[in-house]
Amino acid sequence: MTTIALPRTAVERPAPQAGNRMGWAVQDALTVTWRNLLGLVRTPETVFFSAVQPIMFVLLFTFVFGGAIHIPGVPYVDYLMPGIYVQTVTFGAMYTAVGLAEDLQKGLIERFRALPMARSAVLAGRTTADLVRNVFTVLIITAVGFAVGFRIGTDIGLFLCGVLMVLLFSYTVCWSFAFVGLTAPNAETAQLMVFPILFPFVFASSAFVPVSVMPGWLQAFAKHQPVTQVVDAARSLMTGGSLHDSTAIWQALAWCAGILVVMVPLAVHKYRQVA
Amino acid sequence: MAYSSDSIAVEAHDLVKVFPNGNVRALDGVSFEVETGTVLGLLGPNGAGKTTAVRILSTILEPDEGRAVILGHDVVREPDVVRRIIGLAGQYATVDENLTGRENIRMVGRLSHLSRKVSWARADELLEGFGLADAGNRVLKTYSGGMRRRLDLAAALVAGPPVLFLDEPTTGLDPQGRQDLWGVIEDLVAEGTTVLLTTQYLEEADRLARDIVVVDHGRVIAEGTPAELKADLGTSVIAVTLGNEDIVSEAVRLLAPLADKAPVVDHEVVELTVENGPAVGAEVLRALDAAHIPVAGLALREPSLDDVFLSLTGHKTEAETDEERAARRTGNKRRAAETAEDHAGGKDAA
Repeated sequence: MTTIALPRTAVERPAPQAGNRMGWAVQDALTVTWRNLLGLVRTPETVFFSAVQPIMFVLLFTFVFGGAIHIPGVPYVDYLMPGIYVQTVTFGAMYTAVGLAEDLQKGLIERFRALPMARSAVLAGRTTADLVRNVFTVLIITAVGFAVGFRIGTDIGLFLCGVLMVLLFSYTVCWSFAFVGLTAPNAETAQLMVFPILFPFVFASSAFVPVSVMPGWLQAFAKHQPVTQVVDAARSLMTGGSLHDSTAIWQALAWCAGILVVMVPLAVHKYRQVA
Repeated sequence: MAYSSDSIAVEAHDLVKVFPNGNVRALDGVSFEVETGTVLGLLGPNGAGKTTAVRILSTILEPDEGRAVILGHDVVREPDVVRRIIGLAGQYATVDENLTGRENIRMVGRLSHLSRKVSWARADELLEGFGLADAGNRVLKTYSGGMRRRLDLAAALVAGPPVLFLDEPTTGLDPQGRQDLWGVIEDLVAEGTTVLLTTQYLEEADRLARDIVVVDHGRVIAEGTPAELKADLGTSVIAVTLGNEDIVSEAVRLLAPLADKAPVVDHEVVELTVENGPAVGAEVLRALDAAHIPVAGLALREPSLDDVFLSLTGHKTEAETDEERAARRTGNKRRAAETAEDHAGGKDAA
């Protein structure tokens, strides 16, 4: 066992760096983002399996179900890929919920409360780190998609706009699940809560099949929910052609803005309550 | 930084905190002061309100009533100022498992708004000082309990806070780990840091604290220096170990008139608090011998803080409850703290 010799400068107070409130809020959010990303890098198995699942979905729908699904005018893989992007980033919001629930459970957020850091940094740092994670996920899916025959039907500029659309939506879903994570009694429950909440949105949508094949009562929901709108918008930007739908793009943007306007204040309010 | 010139570093005035679920009065009018450069030991069983007091003083929780002032700054009105002058190390080392020791300290340094350069330098310095230099680049998952506590304390010191809150810093540590931390705390105080220490270990309060405040069920039930508290209790304790537990009640009946307070029974050991130890000790032996009660051992000792605690609260300092232990094992630390509070509430109701 080591004996402890305290640094003689222990109580010689290092001068805090100068900076204004706003500057520090950004800096604190970046510090928390860095910390969350390090956590991700340190658990490569999580990163690995979060990448494996979408790859399996691409393969499943392309080679197993794909043959049975006929989309007029476009190869199924071109119809599918925008849906896979949206599905993957949507379910990825689980990391936001679980990460926050864990920080809360382990008392880390409590420690943060006793530091002079900006109140906003925990949520901002979490959602920013998750956005970075989603960028990597999108890259992996893109690589797999191209490997199984996905081709951009529009042009590279519009395709990238489609990717930005997907990432913007992922950001709104992360904020929504920040609220869920802060509401959950523990990390395990947070994880269990995510799937049932998201399942109807992801699968009763146009992500894998056209909404028109669904029974009328389900169509009523499927047509007017955000995942369908965002998938249709991404499809419009990535695949285009007969799938072009400029209304969907505006509706998707409106959904993203609407979700952020509602969920960010809700998550912040919940954070103030629990932390 | 404008510190108050007052010699009182930490003031708590009539703090009240009621937790809505179960209507638990975790703090029911607690007041105390910590003089600058000294250690105050906040002593009490689980659920006494110690952690709640620390959470209020460290701005994590707002009191329902009363006020608290750190170096002249009110914790409710100026939380940002208070956060810059305090350090907090908790009962459960709240460090990030996925980061290395070095990264943990750097993170707290940055979040304390030290520059990158200063945070990095402080991390190296503190790791070295806490005997963690070799482990500094390992992730926390690989640390032992003692190493985590040291790291937790090191992180709390990154900005050199003049006031330090230590919430049960050695709970669950092995004796060597406890000794190490005690040494660090003594060094910090020697250098002028003011420390508020909560503990269930009377030995810890006895060794580190200049003043002690005993809390139970959210109220202060005694305060003073360790010596004063012990002096209040009488001069000696006679511990009689009987041959078996069956004869304890008979022995207690015989011995009770000899002691100043009701005898305390722990299995086959009966303890008597008396003024004149040696004389009463002889009487005890004569009385038991006359009644043919076999005695396995007899010890005479000065009262410890344990005795003080026992006589004040009517119960021994409790080991953690089964629920808390189970909760801790599943890593559910927040729940454990709440269980402790609920526990207190249950007792209040009873």
